[in-house]
Amino acid sequence: MTQKNRLQGGQIDRATSWKFHFDGKQYEGHPGDTLASALLANNVRLMGRSFKYHRPRGPLTAGSEEPNAIVQLRGGARQEPNTRATTAELFNGLMAKSQNRFPSLAFDAMAINDRFSNFLTAGFYYKTFMWPAAFWEKIYEPIIRKAAGLGALSMKEDPDVYDKGFRHCDLLIIGAGPSGLMAALTAGRAGSDVILADEDFRMGGRLNAETFGVDNMTGADWAAQTVAELRTMPNVRLMPRTTVIGAFDHGIYGAVERVSDHIHTPDAGKPRQILWRIYAGKTILAAGSTERPIAFENNDRPGIMLAASLRAYANRWAATPAQRIAVFTNNDDGHRTAADLQAKGVKIAAVVDTRADAPRSDNFEVLQGAQVVDTKGRLGLTFAEVKLADGTMRTLECGALGVSGGWNPNVHLTCHQRGRPAWNEDLAAFGPGADLPPGMSVAGAANGDMSTHGALSSGIKAARAALGLKGKAPKAPEAEDTPVTQTPFWYVEGCSRAWLDQQNDVTVKDVKLSHQEGFRSVEHLKRYTTLGMATDQGKTSNMGGLAIMAELAGKSIPEVGTTIFRPPYTPTAIGTLAGRMRGQEFHPTRLTPSHFWAKERGAVFVEVGNWLRAQWFPLPQETHWRESVDREVSQTRASVGVCDCTTLGKIDVQGVDAATFLNKIYCNGFAKLAVGKVRYGLMLREDGIAMDDGTAARLAEDHFVVTTTTANAGRVYQHMEFVRQCLMPDLDVQLISTTEAWAQYAVAGPNSRALLQKIVDPDTDMSNEGFPFMACANITVCGGLRARLFRISFSGELAYEIAVPARYGDALMRRLMSEGEEFNVVPYGTEALGVMRIEKGHAAGNELNGTTTANNLGMGRMVSKAKDSIGSKLSERPGLNETDALKLVGVRPVNDSDKITAGGHMMNANGEMNAATDQGYVTSAAYSPSLGCMVGLAFVKDGSERMGERMRLTSPVTDLTVDVEVVSAHFVDPEGGRQRA
Amino acid sequence: MRYSGFKVIKEALTGHKGWTPAWRDPEPQSHYDIVIIGGGGHGLATAHYLASVYGKHKVAVIEKGWIGGGNVGRNTTIIRSNYLLDGNEPFYEMSLKLWEGLEQDLNYNAMISQRGIMNLIHSDAQRDAFVRRGNAMMLNGADAEYLDLAAIRREYPFLNFDDARFPIKGGLAQRRGGTVRHDAVAWGYARAADSRGVDIIQNCEVTGFRIENGKCLGVETSKGFIGAGKVGCAVAGNSGRLMSKAGMRLPIESHVLQAFVSEGLKPVLPGVITFGAGHFYVSQSDKGGLVFGGDLDGYNSYAQRGNLPVVEDVCEGGMAIMPMIGRARLLRMWGGIMDMSMDGSPIIDRTDIDGLYFNGGWCYGGFKATPASGYAFAHLLANDTPHETATAYRFDRFRTGHMIDEKGQGNQPNLH
Amino acid sequence: MIINHPLLGPRDSAEFVYLGDASLMERPDPETASAEDWHAYAYLRDNPAGPHRELWWHEGGDRSWLVVTRNTVTHEITKVEMARDVARKLGSKA
Repeated sequence: MTQKNRLQGGQIDRATSWKFHFDGKQYEGHPGDTLASALLANNVRLMGRSFKYHRPRGPLTAGSEEPNAIVQLRGGARQEPNTRATTAELFNGLMAKSQNRFPSLAFDAMAINDRFSNFLTAGFYYKTFMWPAAFWEKIYEPIIRKAAGLGALSMKEDPDVYDKGFRHCDLLIIGAGPSGLMAALTAGRAGSDVILADEDFRMGGRLNAETFGVDNMTGADWAAQTVAELRTMPNVRLMPRTTVIGAFDHGIYGAVERVSDHIHTPDAGKPRQILWRIYAGKTILAAGSTERPIAFENNDRPGIMLAASLRAYANRWAATPAQRIAVFTNNDDGHRTAADLQAKGVKIAAVVDTRADAPRSDNFEVLQGAQVVDTKGRLGLTFAEVKLADGTMRTLECGALGVSGGWNPNVHLTCHQRGRPAWNEDLAAFGPGADLPPGMSVAGAANGDMSTHGALSSGIKAARAALGLKGKAPKAPEAEDTPVTQTPFWYVEGCSRAWLDQQNDVTVKDVKLSHQEGFRSVEHLKRYTTLGMATDQGKTSNMGGLAIMAELAGKSIPEVGTTIFRPPYTPTAIGTLAGRMRGQEFHPTRLTPSHFWAKERGAVFVEVGNWLRAQWFPLPQETHWRESVDREVSQTRASVGVCDCTTLGKIDVQGVDAATFLNKIYCNGFAKLAVGKVRYGLMLREDGIAMDDGTAARLAEDHFVVTTTTANAGRVYQHMEFVRQCLMPDLDVQLISTTEAWAQYAVAGPNSRALLQKIVDPDTDMSNEGFPFMACANITVCGGLRARLFRISFSGELAYEIAVPARYGDALMRRLMSEGEEFNVVPYGTEALGVMRIEKGHAAGNELNGTTTANNLGMGRMVSKAKDSIGSKLSERPGLNETDALKLVGVRPVNDSDKITAGGHMMNANGEMNAATDQGYVTSAAYSPSLGCMVGLAFVKDGSERMGERMRLTSPVTDLTVDVEVVSAHFVDPEGGRQRA
Repeated sequence: MRYSGFKVIKEALTGHKGWTPAWRDPEPQSHYDIVIIGGGGHGLATAHYLASVYGKHKVAVIEKGWIGGGNVGRNTTIIRSNYLLDGNEPFYEMSLKLWEGLEQDLNYNAMISQRGIMNLIHSDAQRDAFVRRGNAMMLNGADAEYLDLAAIRREYPFLNFDDARFPIKGGLAQRRGGTVRHDAVAWGYARAADSRGVDIIQNCEVTGFRIENGKCLGVETSKGFIGAGKVGCAVAGNSGRLMSKAGMRLPIESHVLQAFVSEGLKPVLPGVITFGAGHFYVSQSDKGGLVFGGDLDGYNSYAQRGNLPVVEDVCEGGMAIMPMIGRARLLRMWGGIMDMSMDGSPIIDRTDIDGLYFNGGWCYGGFKATPASGYAFAHLLANDTPHETATAYRFDRFRTGHMIDEKGQGNQPNLH
Repeated sequence: MIINHPLLGPRDSAEFVYLGDASLMERPDPETASAEDWHAYAYLRDNPAGPHRELWWHEGGDRSWLVVTRNTVTHEITKVEMARDVARKLGSKA
């Protein structure tokens, strides 16, 4: 028999045997096992090493509170560091490795740290590694970093899929132990929508780990029967393998369901885990309690574990760490461990009970008033040294020691909204406080109802109260109802290297030092010693540290304080919290109506916010993007080009008061804009800074179309709705964002009119007189399709923008291309668009960067004094109107072959170049095929008065300094004749 | 007591009996020359520089809870001076220089670790903005380095280069940026200030100011009235709450910012990385935890806790840029209350009340500013004139229109 | 958080965009307000620790602006109103 420490009974499926590997060695286990239970059954106690001293460690617990038995699970890209062996479900072929040791678990070179523990006390690093000063980063820190950390990431992309989901219920019950099951039964039978979530893969909580009965059957059978009944209720949803990680505002709970962690590889199409957001009307926290250890010298050896965990391994998993065990307890619960294991044939060396009046047993020896004062066994416990009541010493030979210092209610989730737990004197433990998250109540052991019957009754009561159920309460099943009182016993007098936080290696000695150095509040203690900061978040250690600090400070425990628990309840994979929002799905992708046409043309796309836009359209013979862009610019300026500008924000403004509204929104006047005309508009924020610019076209007396920049479409619309609803609620005006409703193309170049004439239906007069610069109209195209035509120009050429309902966008683009063949029409992308607008001196996002004023843009006089508009008043502040303010200018290199860099800073022609002499900066730059050199737009101090001045452009971060000349920003057609032609 | 290699060895060999409390625990005196409200990083640093640089020793720091329990104890520990605007860059560069000498100054190892900070760039516009910023940094005497895609690939091979929604185009690095062991900053300053006679008074809550004829005479506290020649307030996220006791409304809103740490992992990250196309930045602590964060929750809050949408948003950013962290587990999340000012920049200034001085509005950037903030506030308290690097941090800049708006978001605090 | 929209019922706050203090609805009268009034309107906030009337925009919904009364310490929401109704009561000054 390979499973030397496998006992009889248990809730495992012995008919099936599974093979698994730990540190390369093969073992066997059964369905129902955890990795820890299977290893214990195979006589493996050593499962890990501690963080600082690299002390050999085995499991302390049988649950998610485990500090020691953490391993690296699986391999390859699925390698999963820091996984608790105590909760990892066994599956056939499981592979696990120990971590944080070199070269092997049994022989770890870093265990040398343990020899130097006198130097490595709490906070030692704050006092040293300072000499010589340069050594910290070069020598000390790299060594520390290399030694620190626990498990390792694979450094490969996580291949698994994670999902997110939303669920609603009247009542969320967290924990499916006796109180949770009973609450679910009560609420489920009453017809409420119930979700019962439990982190374990088998519901029942401690009922599965104990031998006492419920209603004439074993607790485990009662749990199974109850779960079966709940499963038949359509209004009850059971969520095993689901940890409720946090209690958030307004009854929203985060929960992680481990869908595929118990199998080798997720099934096709199935996620590894799901993050559920549960919207709960009411919540019952039935999370049970956690046993607390007692600190004594060398209490961290493999084989020393919590007494109830030892019992859980024996009863539920039919496993024991050793064939001869002892128990060290301060309460009756420890005696149960001895009785249960003895019943399974394990030899009991003795029960060491701190109480002089501890109950005796006929079946095993009880050492009353005795304490374990030291232990032996390098890689696993061999002996426990016991100081008897009379002061004499006795050595117990044992391979395992169950320790019980009483129980702490699991109140973690009660604190997630900054509630503080309350001290319960009877239990000598913290229970739930008064300020629970709204809608939450607490039942069972989590509420201090420690007996089985107490927990069952408490579940009924909590469910009835939460749901306001009337009528006679059902009777709780029969079960043991032993009164529980706990007399605190935190540590053995005189101990020093007695572990509190086993993972982070915080001992009683460290707490004493922390006190000695003045780190006495619970927050200081925690931060100075790292107590409770490990992956188990101090579930088994915080109370001990607190109790010792209280004693040293001569205060009560609640006076010293309690650490506050934060989400998540147990560590949660980052992949789960991200869900599917990664890779290409990180953000939604918005495609323009001509996207697929552009793709056919081989366009290169660029991300613009969430949009993908064609950046340029390379021809097969073109090898460099500049070739394509230069061609697109030249061809447009020579004949005609088409660009998809659908992404510009479009907002329909309709209503009798539409003009009044726009007059408020734009700093320049719109009240008198004639129907059929477009006007450039500058919008300010209320603080007087430019927010966005665009055009507003008046299609009818009561109908405008406002365009915004692509980047600001959302924010401008929000702003306009704010003004409409919150500032001008009585206006008759309605807004709607129509960005996606209309496909819009810029058709630019001297032949743009000729091209459009072939598209536009004949009743539209396209002549310069009939449809002049800045005209707009509702028209029809292609034989009756409704469209909007605007004669506006971003490129400076004769140009139009034409819009059709989005579903015709693809067709219109294809039509423009085919009809344009005779004009050698060219599609152009955002890069050519940018080049042409820079050549024309139009401001865009790089210029409207949230700090520029109308004055900076050379539009100071646009801010109408004749009316009030958003931002007009605060734009009058002196800081926005300084005489040497930055002004938008053009820059071109003195030497045509020199480069202009956006982000470069402008400096005077001579003198030092530093922050004090800074004259401004280049906002945009591009190669201008029209001028044959690079050009840029820049904000230069008092720039409008410096035309023709020679300056230097410097960009030390890209190693560039060139001589430039300040020129007008209108590089091309400064008189604007082309766009009016 | 001075920490030295000799002392550490001696104590290790003699059972650590000689260590004394890092700072005293005095009762308040009836009057001080200067009372600082707030025993966080900035308040303690102010006290240290008042005592060590400006020769002021009759100084008290009063703290309603335990020192270091506010934002200095709940941040993502990053230091950097990669600012754009003239009002900011010299100040943060002074701060970085003070960090560089801090451990020797304080005789306390705060584990200042200049492993660099890398801002990733994902669009042309972002590159232009970062080039401008890098140039501003260098023109101010700070270090900055522009990295192209190939260089980023070499240094950070684990980033998502091949399946990115927003591909990486480059990065702006500041090699002198890095991280600091945050709690040690508070403790180090406290210990140093205490050793020069500053009284650090914990569990002493200010309940009001005693103001007569427009002059502040001291503070009413839970331990009684404490008279003061000058009172300086440095209470981070609680500025609004405190200053309302002096009848002041501030250009500040309090917002919650969440931060996160993973379980300990073997080293994976060289320095600080910020994702430029999502809300995510990350570093790895000496203990091995990934320390990361993202955006504000976005609504006014004093609750020191946030909600799930931002948790998810931040983790999405993480997975988008470094998909190898999917199986690392988030261990702990917490929230700090940020003084979000109206332009994203701080205030270190006198108030309209004689003898009452204010230091706040640090947004989520207060930690890196700790040394310079303390230094500049000490300067102001000692000399009544602003320190040369902090002249722009005036209350009246909003009145006059001299905002220092790095992000260009205007008077909406949650966007900064 | 959950915001109980007066027209649409309870909605997750993730559907909304937050702006700030509802005093932003009380824009100074451009005819009469002083520079100091404008400064106070745009830049100074009560920033209370307790009940706070604030503006949320239902961007992912019906695009209503709402005035939400929410406690900044507990996050409890006690009142939700349509901003337009509130604005009408204030009287249109803009």
